[in-house]
Amino acid sequence: MQTGGSVWAGQDTTPSEIETALRDLLKERHARSEAYVPARVLNLVVVTDREWRGEIQNRLEQVGRYHASRTILCCVEPGREVIDAWATMEGDHAGRPSDICVLHEQVVLDVGPRHLDHLETIVDPLVVTDIPTLIWSPHGHPEAVDAMLDMAQVVLIDSINEPEPAAAVRWASELAGRAYVVDLAWLRSTPWRERVASTFDPEQWRRELGTISSVTVKHRPDSRVAGLLFLGWLARRLGWKPGSMVGQGDALHGIAAARRQDVTLRLEPEQAMSAPGLAGIAIETASGMRISLDRGSGGLSARRQTRGGRESSWTVLGASRGEAGILGEGIRQALLRDPTYGPALLAAEQMVR
Amino acid sequence: MASTAKQEPPAQENPLSEGLERLPVHPTTLTIFGAVGDLSKRKLLPAIYNLAHEGALPERFNLIGSSRGVMSDDEFRELARESIRSFSRRRADEQVLSALLEHVRYVAGSFDDPEVYEQIAACNREFDEQAGIVFNRAYYLATAPAFFSVVVGRLGEHGLDHNEGSEVRVVIEKPIGTNLREAEGLNRSVLDVLDEEQVYRIDHYLGKETVQNMLAFRFANGLFEPVWNRNYIDYVQITSSEDIGIGTRAGYYDGSGALRDLVQNHMLQLLTLLCMEPPVAFSADEVRDEKVKVLRAIHPPTLEEVMFMAVRAQYGPGVSAGEAAKGYLEEEDVPPDSTTETYAALRLEVDNWRWAGVPIYLRTGKRLARKVTEIAVTLKPVPHLAFRQEGSVGVQPNQIVLTMQPNEGVSISIGAKIPGTRMRIRPVNMQFLYGTAFMSESPEAYERLIMDVMRGDATLFTRDDEVEAQWTIVDPILEAWSNASGPIPQYSAGSGGPEEADALIEGEHRWRAI
Repeated sequence: MQTGGSVWAGQDTTPSEIETALRDLLKERHARSEAYVPARVLNLVVVTDREWRGEIQNRLEQVGRYHASRTILCCVEPGREVIDAWATMEGDHAGRPSDICVLHEQVVLDVGPRHLDHLETIVDPLVVTDIPTLIWSPHGHPEAVDAMLDMAQVVLIDSINEPEPAAAVRWASELAGRAYVVDLAWLRSTPWRERVASTFDPEQWRRELGTISSVTVKHRPDSRVAGLLFLGWLARRLGWKPGSMVGQGDALHGIAAARRQDVTLRLEPEQAMSAPGLAGIAIETASGMRISLDRGSGGLSARRQTRGGRESSWTVLGASRGEAGILGEGIRQALLRDPTYGPALLAAEQMVR
Repeated sequence: MASTAKQEPPAQENPLSEGLERLPVHPTTLTIFGAVGDLSKRKLLPAIYNLAHEGALPERFNLIGSSRGVMSDDEFRELARESIRSFSRRRADEQVLSALLEHVRYVAGSFDDPEVYEQIAACNREFDEQAGIVFNRAYYLATAPAFFSVVVGRLGEHGLDHNEGSEVRVVIEKPIGTNLREAEGLNRSVLDVLDEEQVYRIDHYLGKETVQNMLAFRFANGLFEPVWNRNYIDYVQITSSEDIGIGTRAGYYDGSGALRDLVQNHMLQLLTLLCMEPPVAFSADEVRDEKVKVLRAIHPPTLEEVMFMAVRAQYGPGVSAGEAAKGYLEEEDVPPDSTTETYAALRLEVDNWRWAGVPIYLRTGKRLARKVTEIAVTLKPVPHLAFRQEGSVGVQPNQIVLTMQPNEGVSISIGAKIPGTRMRIRPVNMQFLYGTAFMSESPEAYERLIMDVMRGDATLFTRDDEVEAQWTIVDPILEAWSNASGPIPQYSAGSGGPEEADALIEGEHRWRAI
């Protein structure tokens, strides 16, 4: 069950007043019961336009168990000169008297554009020290991200929000030089990467990795950068040297130099696809093996044709995570480190040069 | 396929695996013996579904259920569907569930019926042929212990104990025997057919995150290791108490008792994890070697010594959670003259360089005041106190408490000054709670353990010598208790246990309140 929340509100306020209010809210909860304890995992700082506040709060509400410990939502309102703030503290109680009740704190700040260049001076006093801070700015405001990079350890981005893939990978790459980047476009490809790794894991198939001759990735039209990151991952993991990709109608086409042969790379938009991310992958080898994975019911539909022409198909089980699940995964990944994203991003940059 | 592999040099490591949280697992066909039993319905099938939901199962996965009851594949699929819907920790996604059940078969027959094994072999072959690959085989014995030897024997007779081009693994549930002789007999009959590397003896306790976290606590923190020895530790208490009675489990429990039910396996596991030396690597044999060394360092009592190091008792009527509670002998299906213990407490010592002279107290019981599983490590008092102690509860020795349930975490008690003009000290707690520090939900123990079987990682499973070493310690106590005459000590339901347990405690040591 969810406990009733404690609320504090202040107009024309300061970070110091907000921080004091948060401490008072916690003391007030403790006075009621020692079972209340604050979560201390991660700070999440979100920068959004004031008009999107409700949508962002809804998205954060749906991430399930991956709630940040303290969320600071900075809502940018044109013309605003002063800071208004609301602080709340809520917790889920498991029900038994002996259980603890973990509290999550949320601070909503209404700020103006004039605050963004030095947003760190407002936000830094509000984050819980000694736990990582994650920044997410889904509606632009790069100046706010820039201002906060020194106080944060991780930046959450979604590369598919940038309409131009070359600009998307450049921006991601630039950020990656200054903080750890969690890219939702990359996380959408995780099940595909896991499945391709599994497909080639048995020893007899692993040998075929060196003979891959073509890779085709289908994606939702706006998710080309997710396909690029997938190809970048394959290229880096398998030691290919990718060249620039060029347009062929709606698709992008390119060549990567592998040790034994060239590999044809292709990115194809799939108009019918509703969810962001990848729609399918087909991999062929010089020896005549073909493997494909496509979205299907209950998981990914896999199909393999061996070099002898034998065909088999099966379902790789797994539930769709949905966009809320992807965002939750993004928050969780802020506490981990994936050594393969950076190299994949570099290879993707080479492909869109 | 196997012959091709022999002609070519071995393939290199899979370069695509790096950085993935879920590493590839070889395609597997899992057979559950006892597939319509309680364990299967409540734990195994839901665990398999949750692995499927998360995309954690091998790329290709088949399930064969086998039990005595006659039913078709479709009827078993329906039973599995209902079990998963009822007992899964998350709401089932019907598309994933249907896709999972497509690759499910059922083989009916008794466990000694050769036809059962012929049919299972045929199913396995069919799965291999359809896929064009050779699946690993895992056989899960979710049966009554009496059938463990029977099933393993039949697997051997029908050539199912090995398979060209793939791995064959067998999972055996506890209890491994009811005494040392039976455990040795069972291990012998299993190892007549299988290699030890193929055998996965499950103690589901080891699949719990908080139990595994003990290894992280001890071996990933420089703070504790320097004091983790006889020079600084005064004594250790391991408690596993329940506030409920035996419920409807009289049939099992009255033949088992607290010592066999919890001490021989779970509590000795906790003790070994607490006391083991750092392994050279976290591989199955390195970890288990260290655990076995701890068990072998515990001196098994003689029959005469038992009365000085072990206490048993049975709960009588009392009050639990404000309500009148029955005594054990009044519980349904318990024989009126039963002397089965519902409470057991032991004092053990690990006679090695690190632990010699440190008493380790174990206690477990039903219908106690509270449900708690914890390890409390009490450090020796400071050698000299400069503070006057009047007006305060005094300086207490530091205690490190690792709690497994209900609130998983670690707390350390330290002395702190009471605010005021005088120098008065009282103990305060520094507490770390897993629930406040991690966002992830812990997987069910069975999910972790089933994945480990499919991966071939036996670190969290009990080895033959480990089980036998556990029984070596427990056997004399069982024998002494079975020889004892006179009534078994009683404790009131809802209490902290029998007064007799106080006699085990040495000197200034005290049982922690339950």
